[in-house]
Amino acid sequence: MISTRKIAKEKMKVVEGSYAVAHAVKVCRPNVISAYPITPQTHIVEDLSQFMADGEIPNCEYINVESEFSAISALVGASAAGARTYSATTSQGLELMHEVLFNVSGMRLPMVMTVANRAVSAPINIWNDQQDSISQRDTGWIQMHAEDPQEAADMVAQSYRISEDRDVLLPVMPCMDAFVLSHVYEPLVLLEQDLVEEYLPPFEPEFVLDPKNPRTFGAFADPSIYTEFRYLQAKAMDKALLKIEEAANEFNEVFGRYYGGLIDEYEKEDAEIVIVAMGSIIGTVKDVIDKLRSKGEKVGLLKVRSFRPFPIEAIRKNLKDAKVIVALDKNISMGLNEGALCTEIKACLYNTDINAPVIGFMIGHGGRDVPPSTINYIIDQARNVMSLGITVESQFTDVKEEMI
Amino acid sequence: MRNLFASGHRGCAGCCNAMAAKFTLMAAGEDCIIVSPTGCLEVMTTPYPESSWGVPWIHSLFENAAAVASGVEAALKALGKDEKTKVLVIGGDGSTIDIGMRSISGAFERGHDITYVCVDNEAYMNTGVQRSGGTPFDASTTTSPAGRVSFGNPRPKKNMPAIIVAHGSPYVATASLAYPNDMIRKVRAAIDTKGPTYVHVHSPCTTGWGFDTSKTVEVARLAFETAMWPLYEIENGRMTKVNKIKEQKPVEEYLRIQRRFKHLFTMEGGDEEIKKIQHIADQNVLEFGLIE
Repeated sequence: MISTRKIAKEKMKVVEGSYAVAHAVKVCRPNVISAYPITPQTHIVEDLSQFMADGEIPNCEYINVESEFSAISALVGASAAGARTYSATTSQGLELMHEVLFNVSGMRLPMVMTVANRAVSAPINIWNDQQDSISQRDTGWIQMHAEDPQEAADMVAQSYRISEDRDVLLPVMPCMDAFVLSHVYEPLVLLEQDLVEEYLPPFEPEFVLDPKNPRTFGAFADPSIYTEFRYLQAKAMDKALLKIEEAANEFNEVFGRYYGGLIDEYEKEDAEIVIVAMGSIIGTVKDVIDKLRSKGEKVGLLKVRSFRPFPIEAIRKNLKDAKVIVALDKNISMGLNEGALCTEIKACLYNTDINAPVIGFMIGHGGRDVPPSTINYIIDQARNVMSLGITVESQFTDVKEEMI
Repeated sequence: MRNLFASGHRGCAGCCNAMAAKFTLMAAGEDCIIVSPTGCLEVMTTPYPESSWGVPWIHSLFENAAAVASGVEAALKALGKDEKTKVLVIGGDGSTIDIGMRSISGAFERGHDITYVCVDNEAYMNTGVQRSGGTPFDASTTTSPAGRVSFGNPRPKKNMPAIIVAHGSPYVATASLAYPNDMIRKVRAAIDTKGPTYVHVHSPCTTGWGFDTSKTVEVARLAFETAMWPLYEIENGRMTKVNKIKEQKPVEEYLRIQRRFKHLFTMEGGDEEIKKIQHIADQNVLEFGLIE
């Protein structure tokens, strides 16, 4: 299924991306919100605070914590006590949460936390890349990336569906690029309360902290049982693959909008060069593809929507006819000197019959703009690979040599 | 009264944590939720799939128990269950005085309706008796050992109750395992006081302090009788009750029966160090008016 948007124009409003997300949170009816302000997540939590001040979120407590560490820790207690929970953060705040992220997923606590993707310090930088959430890859959170503000907002409702599913019970991190999505004003549809209630069942966890039925949460596990906890968590990630697809399909049925489930594609049919990317850069890539297609060039896009669980089968199927695969990464694994998407695409094609070369471009670090000319340059490189083979497997795209 | 803290846990004989947990639950009753940070108490009571806890209990991490409790309390409020069910933290000195400080400060400043019980055994016992901010002056621990040029821990205990008072807590008390009725009354008073409340329990550790497993209560009592551990209650910033000492005993009686202070009786210059500790006790007498 290709992405579709049946949007009645009269329902659209021009709002900031952060407001659309905050509004989506509101209509999902959380019981406990806990957050610490950090640029560029601030507008989301400010809007939620205003909703609270105006009495627009019933049966909800907003905790103004003293750190991101406590923001997420408070939600551990709240989720275990049976509350639907929400937080939002970015960059340093997300890194500060690192230890707790493992704890949330290991305790199998449903939770949704928007990440407004931002670069990490040093040097300190408040602008967009995806190093922050990519660095949380192995924490056991489901990590999804939105392409535009509408998808970021819609992803909130989908995330609750996925997270609270009893076959999953894992926290979800819907990601949106800092500023490019969080601070942009666009016409979009704010999620309707009645449709959300149709789409998202109430949170009724099987196990909660309840004096009438006392249970022990967070017991310690010795070597005789620890592996089995990890195994079950991995199995839940496997089950989430299907649930992410279902959540997207059913969202489409109720709201009439679909952006792909685990992945999405654009102009893929006969594409020889396939660009693989996540987040807001997708829009620029699509524009470039439109221009190239009008000239008859066979360039397509694979959008990775779910970074964790990584949709190995879906990606293999999608890339089977590609001649050259190009991964775009707003992150870098220092020492390997390539981005995570590049590494993982290569890994998932190994041990298959797909022999297309994979090249990686690290791009847009710390908010550096990615104009269409940069994408064109990358596609030129891909054409060279198609005719001459790989000379450089992974490279920075937009380094200013004169400044080094 | 139903016993809410089952025996058969893995604590040492004479374990202070087991006593503190039992007394806390005797005060709290069945309708509570307990949050515990990482530490001896957590490890010894919840080896999966066993649990000593007859009430709902949650452990997350070492440094975040007060934040987890904030979330539990907020959830109960949001779900309309907060009138009856009380939220308590039972944590050690390391997770309270040191690594948990930020989350405690936040929780108390925000005014959550929680009761925090600190089981202070004056070092990191779970990891093998390393020094904490709660370790007293001149105590020998594995990371502040006495040696040829050291009498042990060079700093006095951090005054955690005063820090909590400074947060505007409506009820702060010190307690001792030597006086269970006093402790139970104080924990109950803390629970019955709305807002974030705090009980700091002096808790001798047989393993870490080095005394016979039958002497936990005796050591705790000597701490009170020598004025090394004053017992008091502070309500809304005002001292409302101080437990008086009939006759102050010299600190040697408290120090001599513990291995962690043994070097003070064998090293040259130990006499002078004991005088410094006596001075700390005497200052407590003056500050809290411990003697009738």
